[in-house]
Amino acid sequence: MRAWIAVLVVTAATALMKASGPLVLGNRELPSGARRVIGLVAPALLAGLIVVELSADGWNQLNWTQVAGVAAAGAGRLLRAPMLLAVVIGAAVAACLRLV
Amino acid sequence: MTSRSDFIGGLRLGVGPGAATLVLGISFGAAAVTAGWGQLLPVVSSMITFSGSAQFTLATTLPAGSAIAAVAGAVLINVRYLVMGIAINDSLRGSRLRRAGQAQALVDASFVAAHEGDGRFDLMRMVGMTVVQWTCWVTGTAVGVWLRPDPATLEQWGADVVFPAFFLLLALDEIRSARAAVAVVAGGVLSGLLMLVVDPGFALLAATAGALIAALPVGRADDNDPAVASAA
Repeated sequence: MRAWIAVLVVTAATALMKASGPLVLGNRELPSGARRVIGLVAPALLAGLIVVELSADGWNQLNWTQVAGVAAAGAGRLLRAPMLLAVVIGAAVAACLRLV
Repeated sequence: MTSRSDFIGGLRLGVGPGAATLVLGISFGAAAVTAGWGQLLPVVSSMITFSGSAQFTLATTLPAGSAIAAVAGAVLINVRYLVMGIAINDSLRGSRLRRAGQAQALVDASFVAAHEGDGRFDLMRMVGMTVVQWTCWVTGTAVGVWLRPDPATLEQWGADVVFPAFFLLLALDEIRSARAAVAVVAGGVLSGLLMLVVDPGFALLAATAGALIAALPVGRADDNDPAVASAA
């Protein structure tokens, strides 16, 4: 029962945060200066997501095979591999390094 | 582009992140059963919460201690949605309630792929991508609950690479200007430093401040930057 209630609370809080724009701003448009910043939120957030995924427990458990796999995926993409293939290359590199 | 073609384009774009979500969903399903959630709650949670990071946080911290602390940790990891929700508001349509409903399609990969530059987002593309990821997330969770694969085996096969690799590929596609490159570096450095002292939720929120740093005026260089020119 405890887990069910916790899931419902987290679900409600997440839904409210996603709806923060409409709830706070309604139909008002943001000024151009704010839009300029917002246009840069996506790349900044992506960098944060990559770092948080790789840094694990405050950098204490950095996994070099995971980092190498992610780098290999990036290299594959830069060499014009399709997105899905680049990710498969990254996972394969990490899996091979873990076999060594 | 019509709404229909944007939606179909979103479905296509969702295949890659959807595959990653499927793998992560299998991991979550197995972890949640191990944490004592039973077989129904993990699937229901994936259907209604639809947030991998929050669900993992809840499943791993709830059995060990206070429910309030576990819920707070799971909510804080999603606090970036406050910024993202405000960011997409101009691109939503209809009444306040209708916009709030549309905003539920907000997830990381969809937010980024729907970004058209200039702070505008393609709503139908975002919805299309999210439909694929939601389906894969719920399906993956059900498979994980059913098969309960060993997390170590999944990691051995490189499953932990899938999500950060996708985020990296999306970031490479997002770097369309010098300012976007600065935002990537600033977001990465800020979150990396904060991971030393705070929870991942705060580190992710801090990463969005990288956009503020990247938007700072730098004089004549702005004249040649398409990101600034298009926003002016």
